[in-house]
Amino acid sequence: MKYLDEYRDAETAQKYIAAISDITTKPWTIMEICGGQTHAIIRYGIQELLPDAITLVHGPGCPVCVTPIEKIDKALDIAALSNVIFCSFGDMLRVPGSDKDLLSVRATGGDVRIVYSPLDAVQIAKDNPDKEVVFFAIGFETTAPANAMAVHMASEMGLENFSLLVSHVLVPPAMETILSNPDSKVQGFLAAGHVCAVMGTQAYEPIAVKYKTPIVVTGFEPVDILQGIYMCIKQLENEQAKVENPYARVVSERGNAHAQELTSQVFQVTPRQWRGIGEIPESGWSLNKNYANFDAELRFDMAECEHKECSDCISGEIIQGLKKPINCPQFGKNCTPDHPLGAPMVSTEGACAAYYRYKISGIKKSEVA
Amino acid sequence: MSKINPENMTCPLPLSDYPYVTMAHGSGGRMMQQLIDKMFCAIFTDVQPNDCAIVNIPQEHIAMTTDSFVVNPLFFPGGNIGSLAINGTVNDLAMGGARAKYISASFILEEGLAMETLWQVVQAMGYAAEVAGVAIVTGDTKVVERGKGDGIYINTTGIGVLEHKHTIAPNKVKAGDVVILSGDIGRHGIAVMAGREGLSLSGAVKSDCAPLAEPVLDMLQAGIAPHCLRDATRGGVAAVLNEIATAAQLQINISETAIPVNEAVRGACEILGLDPLHIANEGCFIAFVAAKDQNKALQIMQKHNQQAVVIGTVIGTATSGNDGMVILETPIGGTRILDMPVGEILPRIC
Repeated sequence: MKYLDEYRDAETAQKYIAAISDITTKPWTIMEICGGQTHAIIRYGIQELLPDAITLVHGPGCPVCVTPIEKIDKALDIAALSNVIFCSFGDMLRVPGSDKDLLSVRATGGDVRIVYSPLDAVQIAKDNPDKEVVFFAIGFETTAPANAMAVHMASEMGLENFSLLVSHVLVPPAMETILSNPDSKVQGFLAAGHVCAVMGTQAYEPIAVKYKTPIVVTGFEPVDILQGIYMCIKQLENEQAKVENPYARVVSERGNAHAQELTSQVFQVTPRQWRGIGEIPESGWSLNKNYANFDAELRFDMAECEHKECSDCISGEIIQGLKKPINCPQFGKNCTPDHPLGAPMVSTEGACAAYYRYKISGIKKSEVA
Repeated sequence: MSKINPENMTCPLPLSDYPYVTMAHGSGGRMMQQLIDKMFCAIFTDVQPNDCAIVNIPQEHIAMTTDSFVVNPLFFPGGNIGSLAINGTVNDLAMGGARAKYISASFILEEGLAMETLWQVVQAMGYAAEVAGVAIVTGDTKVVERGKGDGIYINTTGIGVLEHKHTIAPNKVKAGDVVILSGDIGRHGIAVMAGREGLSLSGAVKSDCAPLAEPVLDMLQAGIAPHCLRDATRGGVAAVLNEIATAAQLQINISETAIPVNEAVRGACEILGLDPLHIANEGCFIAFVAAKDQNKALQIMQKHNQQAVVIGTVIGTATSGNDGMVILETPIGGTRILDMPVGEILPRIC
């Protein structure tokens, strides 16, 4: 398969592994931002192929993991309403709210549907004029343009029964939060390739300079990831801190202008709660005033309830790279993909679920200690 | 020459009078009798007109299995709920090394189901039974109110005969056994998912729904005693390997690059964030055979499907505690544990 097989090639991968070993002279900790990268690192067993001196920690780029519990509880309340068809991407359905998840709402009679695109939800709204159709618009800069398009289309079509429950988050402010934490061990970043495909790479330049941290825009195949690690280590070893883009087959410096224009028409920057981390200023997008009538939170006046986060879950520390899933006392015991205590155990992009699913067979001793 | 040629057959019920299933078709009266006589018995010619079927089984040991079929959509590329209901049960018997002989077919129909739809399903069952050499000898029909079913649910129970003395079971798997996969994986699950969700995938994916008795019976006839056989249905190859590793308390090592996956299935899995190893199959099985039988078994399996291939070996007591485990060698030379899929397979966000 073109654009896949060449980036999964064993020989090329082995060359990068050897090159990484050659240039590594001291211990380094690198964070991959995106959950898709975490998934690939563990799926391909990349960690165990690297020299012991290199530690990969897993970042906050798992959309379902960082969606705040308040929003999930709101989603659960709206989805349970009898006149609502609640549409969501699939892996949001098992994310625990305070006392249940969307799958349980569906099992008790809520009309909860998995869609593959927000535009499918627009079509459902068109086909069901007597129902309120709500789409759960979560995710990073990657999923935002399609959600903006859905609202734009619904507006053009004059659909009055369609709305979005928005919980969009932005990568650069989260990176700054991680780097500002005095306990942070992160020395270099693999930036999320698909986010950069939309937004470009310019926003990362000041971060690399301010925090003296190399940022390498990285794809999602094993060779991409090994190349990203190699370039990051090379910068660290040479005491450099710049933005590099080896994922140029997908990412340009300026990104996708059309997608950026569409999102800026529909969304505005807002402070956002991140599950496990807390509020980060200017770290999210919400619908702007021109599209406020598509905001599910304004449309459905849901009473605020108490939100109960599981006290045993250390997901906040995990998605900031402070701890690894295996450092959590609940990991694999009380917390499994069947009974997740926190969101990172749900999605295959979540670090905990990835560790659990693939249970890295060669977990390094230094990581367990 | 097949008795059934769906091209030339039209529904024998007077469709103008009964284009849809009504509650009366399950009430035990004349309309139900008409449905049984004109539709079911027109195709299921071995059905005995009694409350039970009397069958002749000379062997000492018989194999018996039952399975219920609920699939949405009822029709998918490569098959429908009818072909699935026959092949599923034939295959469960085959995995015990049994030749399927007799099958019962029990229908739960939803009021309002188009009679033409039922007719197509019944014909597919008749055709699948004929191909598999199994006789549908008894059955039952119930009708539930509109909205209380999904069109058609089918339960089939099968009886098969064992023409050998071997025990084929997970606890017979031994260190040193080789693991052979009978063909490419993931087609059934992706075909059904594409149909259900209305996904237009480039390159049509057809379900692999097919009977699997022939390669198994050929192996037995050639004097090979497979230690364990399992069709890789729900949960896919990953679930089957884990079930067997756990039951046998052994470690199974698998090479990911050895596992054949058709391009369209790979593409769909890449887009949806799914692992082909977790996707259901309906015409694909895994055989554990002694190393000495590897070449002969592979040759026989390849006669039925050229893509049959050795994908791994059993390497003895599991290294992590007492639980069995499956270790997958990744395409770039890393390793990871291959786990069972968890719950409903949900597509990823991005």
